[in-house]
Amino acid sequence: MTLGKSTARMLTSMGAALLLALAPQAGMAQPAPAPLASAAAPAVAASPAAAAQANVAPIADKPDASVATPAPGASGYTPMKPTQGIGMPVPGGWKIQEQFSPTGRYAEWMHDAILMPLITGICLLVLVLLLFVGTRYRRKRNPEPSRTTHNTLIEVIWTLVPVLILVMIAIPSITLLARQYESPPKGALTVKVTGYQWYWGYTYPDNGGFEVISNILPDAEALKRGEPAHLAVDNRMVVPAGEWIRLQTTAADVIHSFAVPSLWFKLDAVPGRLNEKRMFIEKPGVYYGQCSELCGAKHGFMPIAVEALPRPQFEAWIRAQGGTVGPQPSAAPAAAAAPAAAPLQQPETAAEKPVVPAAATSPAAVPPATVPAA
Amino acid sequence: MATTADTFQAHHEDHGHHDADHKPGFFARWFMSTNHKDIGTLYLIFAICSGTLGGIISGVMRAELSEPGIQYLGWWAHMVGSPATVDATLHMWNVLITAHALIMIFFTVMPALMGAFGNWFVPLMIGAPDMAFPRMNNISFWLTAAGFTSLMISNFVPGDASGNGAGTGWTMYAPLSTSGSPGPSVDFAIFAIHLAGAASIMGAINFITTIFNMRAPGMTLHKMPLFVWSVLVTAFLLLLSLPVLAAAITMLITDRNFGTTFFDASGGGDPILYQHLFWFFGHPEVYIMIIPGFGMISQIVATFSRKPVFGYLGMAYAMVAIGVVGFIVWAHHMFTTGLDVNTKMYFTAATMVIAVPTGVKIFSWIATMWGGSIEFKSPLVWALGMIFLFTIGGVTGVVLANGGIDDYMQDTYYVVGHFHYVLSMGAVFSLFAGFYYWFPKMSGRMHSEFLSHLHFWIFFIGVNMIFFPMHFLGLDGMPRRIPDYTPAFTYWNHFATIGYMVMASSMVVFFVNLIYAFVAGKRAGDNPWGVGATTLEWTLSSPPPYHQFETLPVIEDDHGHHGVAHA
Repeated sequence: MTLGKSTARMLTSMGAALLLALAPQAGMAQPAPAPLASAAAPAVAASPAAAAQANVAPIADKPDASVATPAPGASGYTPMKPTQGIGMPVPGGWKIQEQFSPTGRYAEWMHDAILMPLITGICLLVLVLLLFVGTRYRRKRNPEPSRTTHNTLIEVIWTLVPVLILVMIAIPSITLLARQYESPPKGALTVKVTGYQWYWGYTYPDNGGFEVISNILPDAEALKRGEPAHLAVDNRMVVPAGEWIRLQTTAADVIHSFAVPSLWFKLDAVPGRLNEKRMFIEKPGVYYGQCSELCGAKHGFMPIAVEALPRPQFEAWIRAQGGTVGPQPSAAPAAAAAPAAAPLQQPETAAEKPVVPAAATSPAAVPPATVPAA
Repeated sequence: MATTADTFQAHHEDHGHHDADHKPGFFARWFMSTNHKDIGTLYLIFAICSGTLGGIISGVMRAELSEPGIQYLGWWAHMVGSPATVDATLHMWNVLITAHALIMIFFTVMPALMGAFGNWFVPLMIGAPDMAFPRMNNISFWLTAAGFTSLMISNFVPGDASGNGAGTGWTMYAPLSTSGSPGPSVDFAIFAIHLAGAASIMGAINFITTIFNMRAPGMTLHKMPLFVWSVLVTAFLLLLSLPVLAAAITMLITDRNFGTTFFDASGGGDPILYQHLFWFFGHPEVYIMIIPGFGMISQIVATFSRKPVFGYLGMAYAMVAIGVVGFIVWAHHMFTTGLDVNTKMYFTAATMVIAVPTGVKIFSWIATMWGGSIEFKSPLVWALGMIFLFTIGGVTGVVLANGGIDDYMQDTYYVVGHFHYVLSMGAVFSLFAGFYYWFPKMSGRMHSEFLSHLHFWIFFIGVNMIFFPMHFLGLDGMPRRIPDYTPAFTYWNHFATIGYMVMASSMVVFFVNLIYAFVAGKRAGDNPWGVGATTLEWTLSSPPPYHQFETLPVIEDDHGHHGVAHA
């Protein structure tokens, strides 16, 4: 059924209000067992707007990952279809997943071009030496053992050469670390990831502070949407492609870990702690990951799906969630300078423009939010 | 059990000391022992039994992981009395992985290396009649057994909201192990570790005192066999790291039961504190599990090459260096927790340093064989397998040591592959090597060389089939500690499960060999291995008398032949 644009926007904002009002409870409540058979657990937290779009989104086969065109009348976002082998594991794969970020490419190069040849060479050297001594000095061929127990030269060599090899490894290694720890530029988008038992919440403090709750899709539903089973989610973390992102992680209950292998990204989500690292996704696409710290029964059932969109489509998605987009230079750095302590009490709405109804700008994922007058 | 000791009479020393072979009655002998050889035997049987259980658990795990989907977990959850819910079924996975690791680490490898081989052979090798504290030695064994019992109990009481058993992983990170596991199961698991830890600390005290004070006249520290060096270094690692573990898990107990908030941010605590405390123990722990293995490999390579170990001092102090540096690298287990950049750079560099003394040891073993006269008896075959496979595990460790690289591999199967190479192949191969080397001495019987070689080859193929593909799975992005996975991971998981079946069949060969040895094995002489076996245990009968060296042997200056006896 088609909706008029204003009707759609009203429903969206009511849905967003519902989402934001109830998301804190969803985050705080003892997680009801989210049966794998149900797609909507915790049902209240799924964005009704996204759900509406899921119904509208083309389910039929679309083999390439071209950016989805909005269905007529919908609020402008259709989840992109992933490309086989991009941003996901490869069947029978034995290599690092293809990388789509600058530090990822550097790290992959260091692993494939420096580390792998080195460790393969060392293992082959030891194997060849063992086979050689085993053959040359077996009892039949060498009945009289020598009494040699020292040779200073060789002992020096096999101490110094490994040291030199390690120094050679350390140079790109330290370079990689330095690059991974650079700060994102001022004004970079901030996304705060919260780990829950057993789903993820993605908060956009720069864009109105709404939270997207992301649950695993049942295998059948994932396959229906052309996504890999066990990795697909109902609501993805949508970010702009080709821009630096400030990604923060925290948790609501136990330690989780936010990981996306194809972006060479992993950062633990620790309750009471706000971790931060920058992320850059070179091109639009869907990039999957899984929780990477044991967090209870469904640790293996809380996947991550990051969808990178060109900026215009990203902004459309933000608006579809009931968020705000726009130059808020004073707000962005303040919101982004989230101190490590008490991350969940950020009054992020202080400088937001009240473009949408007040409820939509309440900070998300905050225990019963006392909404400051927006 | 040394059932043949009763009949053996003649030996070198103790002429006229006929009570050297007088043994206590059965209950006193086996439940109140003060004899290092009997206690070693108790530990060995205990380790074999619990290792079998740990291996069966991993078989259950591999069966479940063979295909995507959940097939068997529900049945196992039912076995431990959990309710029939989805959550309880999935929780059972976490219980299995936790139990597998705790059993293998605390109740198999450590008891076998230190409790069994350490107790049996350190006094013999230094020419001592027993350990310094024989009764405390017995306490250590029975505390270990009690700890195992507590761990078994933990599986049958509620763990978290869903099912029975502790599902925290052997690392027991807070808050999953505190507020995330409200039932008594984790308390029982923590108690198990407390008991095993106390046992090991007392064992460490015993070994250090024995080695420092009870070496036979003429055996200076620099003349001790390398196995004794390895036990000495390991004992110090135990002594210094276990108290930190005890503190960490005690803080878990008080957070869980007495209202403290050490690891709870809402009370001013920090979950990361737990990780620092745990891994400060955890990293020395992995060296505890391999260094005695290094010692045994040194003895075996020297024996079957008929040549002393190359670079004795380098070997001894390499172990010391590994032990010392092993205390200052712990945070490489925490690379993704949000450490600051300088911390991560330090721990990257420090971790890579350990590769240097380890490499010295690998090359020294090869140099020992170089120019030797090598006989490929089964202990040496296992030792050679260990050297090669441990090298593979070591180099993947060098990959993981790089903090920036570890961001990809942390908590993936790459790590599981790495540590199983250094443990299931490094530690376990050296355990089998030591077992086949010393079994004739302990039992007085020869095992079948053919069966031990068969065991080796089938086990070698099996474990490589299980664990090599795990590197592939990790690189492809498969996380650890999950019971189900996206279908792209199916191929290598299935392959690994087949490898498990191969490995398990080799263990049948092992047990058949044991039975054969006791039923039909030839009697073992004092020294079945020839002139290459130069340490003191080979001067005694097989098995040794109940009490040996009541007159201390004298070690003459033997121009570098370390720990060699001249009767």
